[in-house]
Amino acid sequence: MRRYLGRKILIYILTFFLAVTIDWLIPRFMPGDPVQTMLSRGLLHAEGVEVMYGYYTRAFGLDVPIWQQYLNFWSALFHGDLGTSVYLFPQPVARVIMRAVPYDIFLLLPAILLSWFAGNKFGAFAARTKWLDNTILPIGYILTATPYMWLGILLAWAFGVVLGIFPIAGAYGFELRPHLSWTFIGSVLKHWFLPFASLFLVKFGGWAIGMRNMIIYELEADYSHYLEALGAPRKLVRKYAFRNAILPQITGLSLDLGVIVAGALVTEVVFSYPGIGYLILQAIQNQDYFLIQGCFLFIIIGVLLANFAIDIAYVIVDPRTRLGMMGETA
Amino acid sequence: MSKRTLVNLFLVFAMLLTLGVGAASAAPPAQEEMTYTVKLGDNLWTLAEKYLGSGPAYRAIVGATNDRNATDSSFAKIDNPSLIHPGWKLLIPGPEEAAKYVTVPVVVEVTPVPEVVTYPRSETLYVSGAAWGPPSDWNPFITWSKANTTGTIGLVYETLFMYDPLTDKLIPWLAESGEWVDADTYELKLRKGITWSDGQPMTAADVVFTYELGQKYAAIWFSPEWAYLDSVTAVGDYAVRFEFTDPLYQQFENDLYNIAMVPKHLWEGKTEEEITSGANENPVGSGAYLYETHSEDRNVWVRNEDWWATKLLGLKPAPKRIVDIRFASNNVALGAVIKGEVDLSNNFLPGIATLSEKGYVKTYFAGAPYMLSANTAVLFLNTTKPPMDDPAFRRAVAFAINTGDIVNVAYANLVKAADPTGLLPSLAKYVDPAVVKELGFSYDPAKAKKILADAGYKDVNGDGFVEAPDGSKIELEVTCPFGWTDWMESIKVIANSAQAAGINIKDATPDYGAWNTALTTGTFDMTLNNWAMMSNTPWTLYNLLFRHPIIEVMGSGNFGRYDNQQMFDLVDQLAATPSDDVEGMKAVCSQIQELMLTEMPMIPLWYNGLWAQYSDAVWTNWPTEAANVPSRLPCTWSGYWQMGGLLTLTELKLAE
Repeated sequence: MRRYLGRKILIYILTFFLAVTIDWLIPRFMPGDPVQTMLSRGLLHAEGVEVMYGYYTRAFGLDVPIWQQYLNFWSALFHGDLGTSVYLFPQPVARVIMRAVPYDIFLLLPAILLSWFAGNKFGAFAARTKWLDNTILPIGYILTATPYMWLGILLAWAFGVVLGIFPIAGAYGFELRPHLSWTFIGSVLKHWFLPFASLFLVKFGGWAIGMRNMIIYELEADYSHYLEALGAPRKLVRKYAFRNAILPQITGLSLDLGVIVAGALVTEVVFSYPGIGYLILQAIQNQDYFLIQGCFLFIIIGVLLANFAIDIAYVIVDPRTRLGMMGETA
Repeated sequence: MSKRTLVNLFLVFAMLLTLGVGAASAAPPAQEEMTYTVKLGDNLWTLAEKYLGSGPAYRAIVGATNDRNATDSSFAKIDNPSLIHPGWKLLIPGPEEAAKYVTVPVVVEVTPVPEVVTYPRSETLYVSGAAWGPPSDWNPFITWSKANTTGTIGLVYETLFMYDPLTDKLIPWLAESGEWVDADTYELKLRKGITWSDGQPMTAADVVFTYELGQKYAAIWFSPEWAYLDSVTAVGDYAVRFEFTDPLYQQFENDLYNIAMVPKHLWEGKTEEEITSGANENPVGSGAYLYETHSEDRNVWVRNEDWWATKLLGLKPAPKRIVDIRFASNNVALGAVIKGEVDLSNNFLPGIATLSEKGYVKTYFAGAPYMLSANTAVLFLNTTKPPMDDPAFRRAVAFAINTGDIVNVAYANLVKAADPTGLLPSLAKYVDPAVVKELGFSYDPAKAKKILADAGYKDVNGDGFVEAPDGSKIELEVTCPFGWTDWMESIKVIANSAQAAGINIKDATPDYGAWNTALTTGTFDMTLNNWAMMSNTPWTLYNLLFRHPIIEVMGSGNFGRYDNQQMFDLVDQLAATPSDDVEGMKAVCSQIQELMLTEMPMIPLWYNGLWAQYSDAVWTNWPTEAANVPSRLPCTWSGYWQMGGLLTLTELKLAE
């Protein structure tokens, strides 16, 4: 076990180092110049642009050789300094991320967990149940194949504009200032519901179909037939099938959770919900090296942690992994 | 185990959801006192819960009923609160009355809230269309991010003058007056009685301090002014003298209404970094509004009740609060406008013409182009690349472009074709009609073909497109940044109509960064640009079109690198012409226009609109072309508050 973990951790550290290096390199290969882009937004006054360009290039530390920038980056990172955003100058990158990510967690965490739970349950239930397979599952296919943007706009239009039940923009009423009261909490939930529901629906369809197919595969496996031949009740057979079928779904779940910090770009745009996804897009379009680096740093950490969690989880939930590991250490 | 956790989680969410909906739809407790006749099964606790919002408030019912019993014996006398009889008449007091009898609050409040947390609709103006990202700073010297905190300049920090493009007049603002006492000296009188929002008076020392920041720090945008500005001195407390050597009058006067004054007593202790790059949270200015709060998608400004202009000029902006909303897409903005949730939207909303016709929204003009013109979309041609180094070819392109299709198809009539000189309608007096009549251009493919043929361009290989006189193939690209949908449509029209005239131009849409690099380093073929803001002087446009000298990176103009010393001299001459010498300005402009239309180094195509659509639901008296309402720029974009945006607010009226 210790050797297994030790090797895993070493691999993860190496992966982290490489991924962060690539994360640092890629924005610098993109065409464009962040400082020039930043100044071009201040269309008002042309006179000062030339002088200001030099000043801010120095201020962002972009005037030193590229290898020096790379070393500076690691040294700053180990001091916990992610730099200053160019796109949202002069806000520090860490603060930009900390301000935006809570909205995504609030939106994505319930959507991912609930859709995973409900989707798997439903998928397992629907498999080989004729009328469900024939009626509701096609709906799942339609849901998961729906272009998300389109579904979102449809929901916003139907429930927001036509019926007027739900608001179409913002994380809480534009007439409210955050405070603790039922009015405010009600407003937050009302604004949260449509974006949540759209994410939930699409993800639900995906999980349900995945689970259904997996269960059918497991029910065809030898051990299932063997159990059936022994006269085991249908419920028991399905229980064993479910335990095997859930394994890939756990991988999917943790990967989904790992990229939570990347936000939900399309949801944020369609429902004008604040979050980090939109900022990442803007950061890329504005060559904001520092914000891109910062966001992807957290995504890398998230994905690595999620993978690590899967490794651990498999040891716990899958006896075969456990056995294999023992065989290895023996 | 994990399944159960998930079930619980689901339950918690479901509960939260129902609670939230329940709280939103619960009826408010009664606002006035009422009598109640006891029915079988009633008890005081539930009655108090029902009518006063909390059980313990039953004591208020007991107290109020007993008190009334003293004067009116039809009411019951309650000796034992746990024993009431059917038929008894009780008095249930209103909330204020009830508070006298009980120490616990009548209506349950989760926490005491010190500040205003819900903005009444009738006191709040909702605007959108300026911001494209979360607020990042309130520093008036960081100009490029002010869109995200629009109002930092204009609502909080103010300028010495305002400018009204519709009447072409500088309006004295913080300054009471200003004049050139001789060719090299400008004297300015500051109003007496202006205070900063912290109560300190504004004096000439603040003006001198602000201007001298430009002398000290190169990163301050108006530092180039100090190339010809020698000194700024305070003459007493309320007068300022500017002394120059060979002043650029046009630039100086443009800056008069763009440089925001900051309080010396709060800024003199700041370091260079804080001044040029500080976020300046909680800004203290002199303006009509104060910073109240912000979050990822909004800024909230609250009216400054001690604003100087209320006392000195009798002006008071109608809305107590301005909530400036950033929508993530124009679709959402359109929805909010239709629902009447936004009072003034400065977003570009395609299709607004139909909504305006049907009366959903108001626009400045009732018919096309609906919007005022804000800036000129200019097609820059890279004059360093053949065949665009040939004036004849450039002129042929000008005649080949179907601007009418851009206006009608790409914009659905929301814009207007530009004057061939590129000057905005607000600066029309500087257009020389004789020059335009002789050298102007309009869509005329036959003429384009003729110019090409006369200059030796012909289709040698029979592919339908002309080749250069030396026989080389012509393949050009017209670009704009990806995602700028209106411009993407427009360059399609440009490419199609040029191809129809036999010029092989294709459209391409690189990302903003790549586009910007190509633009500033001069590697593009043809591209659109509109970086000259609405202005008090034609020099602003010409400074963009003919910026010089030509250097490695052209960050702010003359992207096509048109190199003509004669033109540069004319632009310099215009910059140095006093603004009261209108005839002199016209004469120089006429020469610039003649040279420009002959050489055609760039092609002005259409005027981008001052996108503005407003709703009469809550606020009225919006500016339109009608005679009985104000004529202003109804605009919340940064830089436009002092061009009419603020005055629009002072003229708004609450709808009845």
